[in-house]
Amino acid sequence: MTSWIEIGALDDIPRLGSRVVRTPGGNIAVFRTESDEVFALDDRCPHKGGPLSQGIVHNKRVTCPLHNFVIELANGQAVAPDEGCTHTHPAKVENGVVWLSLRQAAAVS
Amino acid sequence: MLDKVTKQKLVVIGNGMAGIRTVEALLERAPDLYDITVFGSEPYGNYNRILLSPVLAGEKSVDDIMLNTLDWYEDNNITLRKGETISMIDRRTCEVVTEAGERVPYDRLLIATGSNPIMLPLPGKELPGVIGFRDIYDVDRMIKASTDYRNAVVIGGGLLGLEAANGLMKRGMNVTVVHLLDTLMERQLDPVAGGLLRKSLEERGMVFKMPAQTQAILGEDRVTGVRFGDGTELAADLVVMAVGIRPNFELAKKAGLYCERGIVVSDTMQTYDGRIYAVGECVQHRRQTYGLVAPLFDQAKVCANHLAMKGFATYDGSVTSTKLKVTGIDLFSAGDFAPGPDKEEIVLQDANRGVYKRIILKDKKIVGAVLYGDTIDGPWYFQHLRDGTDVSHMRERLVFGAANLGDGGVSGQNSVAAMSDETEICGCNGVCKGAIVKAISEKKLFTLDDVRAHTKASSSCGSCTGLVEQVLAFTLGGDYSAAPKVKPLCKCTDHSHDDVRRVIVEQQLKTIPAVMRFMEWKTLNGCHSCRPALNYYLLATWPGEYRDDQQSRFINERVHANIQKDGTYSVVPRMWGGVTTPSELRAIADVAEKFNIPTVKVTGGQRIDLLGVKKEDLPAVWADLNDAGMVSGHAYAKGLRTVKTCVGSEWCRFGTQDSTGLGIKLEKFMWGSWTPAKVKLGVSGCPRNCAEATCKDVGVVCVDSGYEIHFAGAAGLHIKGTEYLAKVETEDETLEVIVALTQLYREEGWYLERMYKWCDRVGLEQIRKRVVDDIANRKALFARFAHSQQFAQTDPWAERASRGVDRNEFAPLAELELA
Repeated sequence: MTSWIEIGALDDIPRLGSRVVRTPGGNIAVFRTESDEVFALDDRCPHKGGPLSQGIVHNKRVTCPLHNFVIELANGQAVAPDEGCTHTHPAKVENGVVWLSLRQAAAVS
Repeated sequence: MLDKVTKQKLVVIGNGMAGIRTVEALLERAPDLYDITVFGSEPYGNYNRILLSPVLAGEKSVDDIMLNTLDWYEDNNITLRKGETISMIDRRTCEVVTEAGERVPYDRLLIATGSNPIMLPLPGKELPGVIGFRDIYDVDRMIKASTDYRNAVVIGGGLLGLEAANGLMKRGMNVTVVHLLDTLMERQLDPVAGGLLRKSLEERGMVFKMPAQTQAILGEDRVTGVRFGDGTELAADLVVMAVGIRPNFELAKKAGLYCERGIVVSDTMQTYDGRIYAVGECVQHRRQTYGLVAPLFDQAKVCANHLAMKGFATYDGSVTSTKLKVTGIDLFSAGDFAPGPDKEEIVLQDANRGVYKRIILKDKKIVGAVLYGDTIDGPWYFQHLRDGTDVSHMRERLVFGAANLGDGGVSGQNSVAAMSDETEICGCNGVCKGAIVKAISEKKLFTLDDVRAHTKASSSCGSCTGLVEQVLAFTLGGDYSAAPKVKPLCKCTDHSHDDVRRVIVEQQLKTIPAVMRFMEWKTLNGCHSCRPALNYYLLATWPGEYRDDQQSRFINERVHANIQKDGTYSVVPRMWGGVTTPSELRAIADVAEKFNIPTVKVTGGQRIDLLGVKKEDLPAVWADLNDAGMVSGHAYAKGLRTVKTCVGSEWCRFGTQDSTGLGIKLEKFMWGSWTPAKVKLGVSGCPRNCAEATCKDVGVVCVDSGYEIHFAGAAGLHIKGTEYLAKVETEDETLEVIVALTQLYREEGWYLERMYKWCDRVGLEQIRKRVVDDIANRKALFARFAHSQQFAQTDPWAERASRGVDRNEFAPLAELELA
């Protein structure tokens, strides 16, 4: 069962930007697209662990600030021909509030 | 499917490289616009015709050269009708008619019928054993003949003829090349290079009969020999006619389309019938026909742009280069090398090394190049040729190539052909030659961008780009590597940097979305390459008006610190002219201890770097540094970085002027300004040049009588001494010239283009004229810079440390405990 956690207001994340949520299992980057969709991914690039939250967001992708790997926000996959995948977490917006569901945390508890 | 019904129908006649490249480019731009049918008379998918020579020579197999497999057509919903020939175009009803009589309707028609080998009208030309060299079928016949027969005659000593001859020789035949003229490849080579080529081919066992005219092909049931104009005869079991190609435009002509030597097309690749487009070897554009690959690719792009109804690209013709695909022979030719009264030549000839280079100049620009034996600089000359670079400043060393101009990167390795597979080509990403060659062959890569995407080679600092282009040329055989003449800003658009900058001004575009809308960006929000570029262009064009878009800034410029490999940041406070005080040093020491900053390092630009600062600590670190009177050093910025100085006349017994004071004055005036790429200054108090001013973007060397201003130096990826710009008498004048120069660079430079590259591109004289000679213009540039500084000189650290700017940036959105 998915348990949702309220993490903040949508307006606190810039459009085409990202904020970090700290968790015991490491940082999670929460992204907001131009059309106000949100996506949550582990804040680690599959390439060399760069903080994806610090990258430039374009459409539904983010470019890692360290070596320009481009990651699909929806599934965490690196855009071909690069290879690799970052763990994603369910996220949603309801009435301007962002909700996150932690897969790992659920497994831990 | 409803879609099938409503979609427009695009019919493509010709399943070769030009037609399919156009379809590929079209699918990229408008994947769902058309229902596409391709007719090809050969029974294959699309293959790389240029690589038929290596197939003939046994170096590649037919599978190796397939570009689009049958699956590709299926995956993209393209109907491929292979082995079917179109016999008629009915323009009245907009239908094509197959040989079997079936009528297929079209909304748009693309003719890409390519060319046919010219078969000389000689008696005996229809005998078995006489063939052209054009497709897989011809190659198969030649391979078969090489197992059954011994003697081959190739008519034609051009590129194609020599490649055919080489292939047949490799397959064990005795080959004689017959050529009408006394120079081989006379369209690409001058007599000297042609002679060198002949000599090395003869050493491999090829026989030449030239100049000689073939009069008849002899034989009754099969070819047995060839007779020449002088009456002599030569035995032959196989005759290959490779005297040239002729655009194949019969079909178009029959349909009443206007044709001369090819199907005449406009700059938008349209024929005289607006519904019908044509690309490739069958077309004639501005009186030119082309038989090489690079132009076809250029045409395909433009054609696809119009088929996709984007409607802005134009084809302006191509400059081509050629490389002979005979393994072990290095030959490169480009442009126009026929002698002429207004042309000048630079020639290097070293018979023992087997090296010959001839560079042809006209109006200070390279118009042609012929290289033999050492072709490593081919792409480099070609680049300058296409860009129309003014090469007068490097003329005396030009013939020795890029490496001799300090332009060849840092590796020192320059000849790709001689490298082993293990040789590292891209030092940044650790990519070896073998890996690049493998990716090119296995993944069918064609362009530098492809190689960058798949191997990461040349994708970081770019200093190995020349080498990677060589590997491409070496692996593919030459005429692919050519980058497009006008480079698009990034993959999101076909427009160049210059186009974008011009349109921003002309159309008064003031936001990134406005630029993207007006210029029909292909992606929704651009990408990490174009957004920072557009942000800079708008900022530089509309100072005080444009609102800097933080989300389009690279992280370093967004958080005003430099990201490190572990996600921490480094902080560099400004030290004006490299001068500091005990209290500043004390404050830096206190900050380092208070925040447990692990590394404190002196930089090359006479400042102190605090490394390993956590992002959330940045505002507090800055607050402490601000309290001690320090501001951001912009060590992260595409903007003014450091002004390095020596102690000058204040202390030094040799100092001629107050270099420290002048450096501080420059830095105080210019800090905070954004520029296309980083700008570093140096001011030396005497010609001993302790501040190393002559390898900076802008450098001042003080002399007793005044100030020498230099610029366009570099000491990073490339080592390049500065160019001398001007000498002035006062500090104020020095400031005015340097500020004006920087403003011109801000207005004209391409994003990420360092000052020395900008200077290379627009020319030293051009810059000097506008910054030094034209005093009114200098003052206007100075005024524009000063105006923009009003809005730029706010310390970004103070804004964030004490005025709450971007507060969200530095704090987490939430902290979650274990559930």
